[in-house]
Amino acid sequence: MTVAAAFFYLFASITVASGFMVVASRNPVHSVLFLILAFVNAAGLFLLLGAEFLAMILVVVYVGAVAVLFLFVVMMLDVDFAELRQGFLDYLPIGGLLGVIFLIEMVLFLGTYYAAPEAVHAASTVKAAASTLSNTEQLGRVLYTDYVFYFQTAGLVLLVAMIGAIILTLHHKTGVKRQDIGAQVARSKDTAMEIKSVRPGQGL
Amino acid sequence: MTAHVPALMPALPELILASGALLLVLIGALRGESSHGFVHASSVLLLGLALLAIALGDGGTVVTFNGAFINDGFARFMKIAALAAALVSLVVSQGYLQRHKVEVFEYPLLVVLSTTGMLVMISAHDLIALYLGLELSSLSLYVIAAFRRDDLRSTEAGLKYFVLGALSSGMLLYGASLIYGFTGAVEFGAIVKALHGHAPTGVIFGLAFLMAGFAFKISAVPFHMWTPDVYEGAPTPVTTFFASAPKLAAMAMTVRVVMTAFPDVTHEWRQIVVFIALGSMVLGAFAAIGQTNIKRLLAYSSIGHVGYALVGLSAGTDAGVQGVVVYMSIYTVTTLGAFACVLGMRRDGHYVEDINDLAGLGRNNPALAFALAMIMFSLAGIPPLAGFFAKWYVFVAAVEAKFYALAIIGVLSSVVGAFYYLRIVKIVYFDDAKTAFDPLDSSLKAVILVSSLVIFLFWLYPAPLVNAASLAASSLH
Repeated sequence: MTVAAAFFYLFASITVASGFMVVASRNPVHSVLFLILAFVNAAGLFLLLGAEFLAMILVVVYVGAVAVLFLFVVMMLDVDFAELRQGFLDYLPIGGLLGVIFLIEMVLFLGTYYAAPEAVHAASTVKAAASTLSNTEQLGRVLYTDYVFYFQTAGLVLLVAMIGAIILTLHHKTGVKRQDIGAQVARSKDTAMEIKSVRPGQGL
Repeated sequence: MTAHVPALMPALPELILASGALLLVLIGALRGESSHGFVHASSVLLLGLALLAIALGDGGTVVTFNGAFINDGFARFMKIAALAAALVSLVVSQGYLQRHKVEVFEYPLLVVLSTTGMLVMISAHDLIALYLGLELSSLSLYVIAAFRRDDLRSTEAGLKYFVLGALSSGMLLYGASLIYGFTGAVEFGAIVKALHGHAPTGVIFGLAFLMAGFAFKISAVPFHMWTPDVYEGAPTPVTTFFASAPKLAAMAMTVRVVMTAFPDVTHEWRQIVVFIALGSMVLGAFAAIGQTNIKRLLAYSSIGHVGYALVGLSAGTDAGVQGVVVYMSIYTVTTLGAFACVLGMRRDGHYVEDINDLAGLGRNNPALAFALAMIMFSLAGIPPLAGFFAKWYVFVAAVEAKFYALAIIGVLSSVVGAFYYLRIVKIVYFDDAKTAFDPLDSSLKAVILVSSLVIFLFWLYPAPLVNAASLAASSLH
């Protein structure tokens, strides 16, 4: 058994185990943490396949952004997971059925590799160019040259999405007192105090 | 390693708009709400600059970005028209925004970004660029439809437009993926080569889905349902914008795709175009009859007009494309004038939208009444106004291509459509007078004046537009 195979089994078994724990653990925060573990191990599997760009993206985007967002949502929102889980058994038959269908499709899909390997090769007419470059380098070379137009236009689309989200949801509340340190520091005795002469026996 | 830098100059107008928009985002974000006036003025300036860049740029056909982008006579003509329409609708929006206290700097910014998307759409020479341009322009439109978020109808319009728009984008993408799957190409030239004048069933399926996406964007039957609701609910300046530039750009995109990517399989797409043209003309004529809200009425009228323009496209000839280009240009000028009149319908500081509010306009403001009447007559297609010539060119193209039935139904439905345009003229001149409208903003006055002058005097000197349209049409192949 080579080192690569050993690592494959390590990553794969941890991915499957933590995937199971995402569903099984009682505490939702633990679920999210197991999800992160699954992502990191899947990134390890991608590395073994030589797809280091996908591995990096998985860690940066899914672990760094999406999973942390999940964690925030789970911690901020008071979701009663015990209540959500109450109807679990009612949905078991239909859920189980879907699971079985998925399993059959996966088996059929993977079965073609063994049943008719030549058909699989005929379908993939586009061969990856043999190159010594890593795929990060290859992506980088085309992204800003051949596909610069698409890339930048897609960037503008994302900018519009951001502006749109802000303009439609951000409410500027009036009457909220915010701390302005500059104004606080700039206060002098004249602006902070007012001296009133109060006559004896009379209030203000 | 030598990097290969694609030619950027053909995309100069897009670059101007995009980089200007980025700069204005920064300025707006740093200076906050007080920057609205500056951003608004700069946006108008940016659109003007882009227009100038096209007008002063060199002619000829250039393809760049690995076939994703084309700059030809057709693109230049349609871009100038779309930029001018966006510019005008931005200028007329100022008064409305001030009165409704919704002067946010994002509004002009989104108009600029949306216009950038339209230019990309018009110049798209492959399916990916086409989709990106479409999404850039549509996404901005969804936001500005809903940007009066304290107004229930505006948010409803935005949501409706967004949900249906997302659905149509999905259909368009599905069609594009089928076409890619069956031809192995996304670039229009490569699709033509792959097809060899014969379209397999998969490509026909893809074409049908693609046309469904386009029909949604130009609001043609049977994908028109969003139009009346969105036109009515969106703030009037936004509706002005919706009815002009995006429609023009989407029509340009449709024409380019069918004429340059599928020129040898005319028979396949022609059936679809004939069907949606017929449906739009008839529905536009009949459904508008019962409308009392002027924005809704103009929405149905725009559905009808898209149908007439598509009559030219269904001919599938140069003359037909020329007809479409002339039709869309004249329609844009007319509709901008019409919506400028709607923006002028203000009584006691409130905007009114019912057509019966126009009663007595003939007595209170004869000049505006005359302009509105001219615009309505032109929309109805009554000679010698510009709208008549627009219809003339598309119907002649259809007759030359032996689409007699289509032309006859078109003429008949325009007779039906004339009813509701004339009804507005009747209300303006003959109904019991109501109190006068508030005085018009000078920008509205200018737009109405220019629009009605163009409509009124087009027959004296049609050559520039017709020749430019003919050049644009011939540059497509």
